[in-house]
Amino acid sequence: MENIFEKSVTGRHGVDAGTPDEKSVNKIPANLRRVKDSPLPELSELDVVRHYTRLSKLNFSVDSEFYPLGSCTMKYNPKANEAAAVIPGFTGLHPYMAMIDDTAAQGALEVIYNISSLLCEITGMKKFTTQPYAGAHGELTGILLTAAYHRKKGNKKKYIVVPESAHGTNPASAAVAGYSVITVPVDAEGGMDVDIFREKMNDEVAGVMMTMPSTLGVFEKKIKQIVEIARKHDAVMYYDGANLNAILGKVRPGDMGFDIVHINLHKTFSTPHGGGGPGSGMVGVSERIAQFLPQPYVDKNTSGKFFISPDNKDSIGKVASFFGNFGVLLKAYTYIIMLGKEGLIDVSEMAVLNANYIMVKLKPFYDLPYDRICMHECVFTAKKQIKNGVHALDIAKALIDRGYHPPTIYFPLVVEEAIMIEPTETESKQELDMFIEAMKEIAMTAQSDPEKIKNSPSTTRISRPDETKAARELKLTCF
Amino acid sequence: MARFTPHTAAEVKEMLAVAGVSSIDGLFGDIPADLKPRSFNIPAGMTEYGALSALNSMAAKNNTSATLFMGGGYYDHFIPAAVDAISSRAEFYTAYTPYQPEASQGTLQAIFEYQTMIAKLTGLEVSNASLYDGGTALYEAIAMAIRTNNRSKVIIDKGVNPIYRQIVKTYVANQEIEIIEIDLNDIYTDREKIMSMFDESISAIVMQTPNYFGIADDFSDIFKAAQEKGITKIAVFYPMSLGILKTPGEMDADIAVADGQSMGLPLSFGGPYLGVMAASKGYVRKMPGRIVGETVDRNGNKCYVLTLQAREQHIRREKATSNICSNQALCALRAVVYLALLGKEGFRKASLVNFENAEYLKTKLKGIVEIKEGATFNEFTVNLKSDAVLFAKKMLAKGFAAGIPASLYYPGKNNYLMIAVTEKRTVKEMDDFAAAFKSAL
Repeated sequence: MENIFEKSVTGRHGVDAGTPDEKSVNKIPANLRRVKDSPLPELSELDVVRHYTRLSKLNFSVDSEFYPLGSCTMKYNPKANEAAAVIPGFTGLHPYMAMIDDTAAQGALEVIYNISSLLCEITGMKKFTTQPYAGAHGELTGILLTAAYHRKKGNKKKYIVVPESAHGTNPASAAVAGYSVITVPVDAEGGMDVDIFREKMNDEVAGVMMTMPSTLGVFEKKIKQIVEIARKHDAVMYYDGANLNAILGKVRPGDMGFDIVHINLHKTFSTPHGGGGPGSGMVGVSERIAQFLPQPYVDKNTSGKFFISPDNKDSIGKVASFFGNFGVLLKAYTYIIMLGKEGLIDVSEMAVLNANYIMVKLKPFYDLPYDRICMHECVFTAKKQIKNGVHALDIAKALIDRGYHPPTIYFPLVVEEAIMIEPTETESKQELDMFIEAMKEIAMTAQSDPEKIKNSPSTTRISRPDETKAARELKLTCF
Repeated sequence: MARFTPHTAAEVKEMLAVAGVSSIDGLFGDIPADLKPRSFNIPAGMTEYGALSALNSMAAKNNTSATLFMGGGYYDHFIPAAVDAISSRAEFYTAYTPYQPEASQGTLQAIFEYQTMIAKLTGLEVSNASLYDGGTALYEAIAMAIRTNNRSKVIIDKGVNPIYRQIVKTYVANQEIEIIEIDLNDIYTDREKIMSMFDESISAIVMQTPNYFGIADDFSDIFKAAQEKGITKIAVFYPMSLGILKTPGEMDADIAVADGQSMGLPLSFGGPYLGVMAASKGYVRKMPGRIVGETVDRNGNKCYVLTLQAREQHIRREKATSNICSNQALCALRAVVYLALLGKEGFRKASLVNFENAEYLKTKLKGIVEIKEGATFNEFTVNLKSDAVLFAKKMLAKGFAAGIPASLYYPGKNNYLMIAVTEKRTVKEMDDFAAAFKSAL
């Protein structure tokens, strides 16, 4: 498809931006003025609307396709969430308003206070900050909090421990915050190898980052032992909440002994992924970490008025301009109050049920490295298909031809040729059955006609892109 | 109460049987019994209309009726209806990061066009797919500079948005990076002081125009001196000003960062906003975040993919250029649609109307209050000769969000107020503002 610049017609007008007096530009000193006009395109409103509407149709999305992308929790995003986020009383509110006069932003502060309180109860933590913009940003915030905790105690710490099944962001976040990373392998059951963990732990370890259920889709049964070992070395326990969708009302990070938790509102709490953002990675902390939370922090006084806490010298500072992605908080808050206690528990129960149903049904056709009851997602491999030269990538592309967004592939890294399926709770049995049939048929075709699978997709506007060319002959702008 | 799970009781029973367990509890057997939640006191659910009614009541407690003369880096700009129409297409907002290019060409091409517009606007060669917000983008720019020249000191002018500076300081607290902030002369950059500090130990210099007090500046001289010492030049800019003001590229900046809120994003109490980052070509392999590149498919058709992924955390883990694994894709989409709708001439005009309106308000306030000297874009500073926080409260009671008191972030500058005027302010609103201003003083 042509790009937007190729559609430009010299002299065409778009949206009316007002009619300034052209001479007024002369009031700006010449050395401050733009020398060369910006080469933005020239289009009518319809040109623009049609262009981007057509582009939208080239996307797969939750509203149009089943999207079982493991670890990403691509559940349905209820429309009420969207309605809440565009209420003019929220969208028109300037963030500085709360700093001039907090009575002018009571409603917004109330949302922030309420969602924080709800998440405290859901996770068993003491306090939350809404600032982090994304999961990885929440991780970084958590590591900065960890560093502040140790600094205050005078601890000299250098390392963060992560299991090898962790998301790549875990070690990357630790490194950004100035730590070196110690990696611990997983055991035969898919949990962290506790013996090796014990050996590797020492007094220079600042924190331990765990994802629960793990990225292999299994619950860490030895968590109590792990927490106990970490505590001995005064290491902070960090809970990566990427997979919280599996355990709502079943177990809470706070009760397990975690000190810091990040939650992806765009996963568990149904805010849309937006094609890669905006999300929200709210961070919750235990009592001993609470004093280090970022500012501004919203609180409520005894008469029910919401206010911004006065500056606190122990705070790590700011990881976001104001209160994080407030619009995203509105969506998640709407979702939580609609579902309530029973609804949240139902989410996890149906998510886990759906994953186990798919796992059992596909087991005869695909290699299953960890054959046990799974949580919200199951991890297969393409081992059986590789014999015919068909890899996880090929299976993923074949699914596109059959109208499904592919599962996550090649992750977790500890599983070779991984195919990670997370159906989420919002998919019906009928939808799952059709997906299972498609997966079976792909497995059969991989045997009978592997070339066909390797040449997919063939129904999309483009076939497989040349990624090597993209990286070698960088072309990052239209012209 | 609302429910989004489609399962009937009969289906649950059938599926449990397939899964090989007799009850739902059988699925959660791995969770130790003594780890059951100590409490889970969440209120019962609500209907959709009940929830939205609660949200509407909360929204009504916010003051969004005051006429906004408040900026500080976040402005009340006009958003064409078509921006909302496009960004509320579920094909865009319910999609994931475009890892599967065959199923994501829409998002990929839109971001590619966004990258192009940002590069052209800033006068630099490349842009990434966007970052979280202006402040985090500034940190990432500094980290890029440090990765490039392996020096550890960074000079930041105090005219740079204090919120950005706080974010940077928070990020580096546990790293061996020294941040040196240079005091302003009143509200103006102390160029001599800054340039006297340049030497081969400095990694980067960060300057902002218009600065936090609204002063528009040309940093060509400072950047030239920095270049001679191999210092990376980082410019913080205000996207809307680039319709008429000199670009970071024209000042010879290496990296330009901004908050993209002004390009089609509502104020929304602080987010979601957009971290904008552009750079000269030499920095591209050190850039954080997603980058979309053009390539061809097996049949030679032009198409788009996420590229240079070898920089990123899912491959490089702790050796990645940053930990960021997303962008603000939907916000970047809004920005590209916004810029396309205004187009070349419209964007310049919008920029000029902002400038004109601010100049008009200055003429109305002249004689009422001391207006600080210096060229500005759409925001300027006045010296009230009395406490600006109290004054702002008084004005709010009169229906005007009059501006930002400098003392919120600059202790001692108690009497300074920054007033912002966008294209949305009418002559009547500005006249009324001036009248209210006079009576509140």
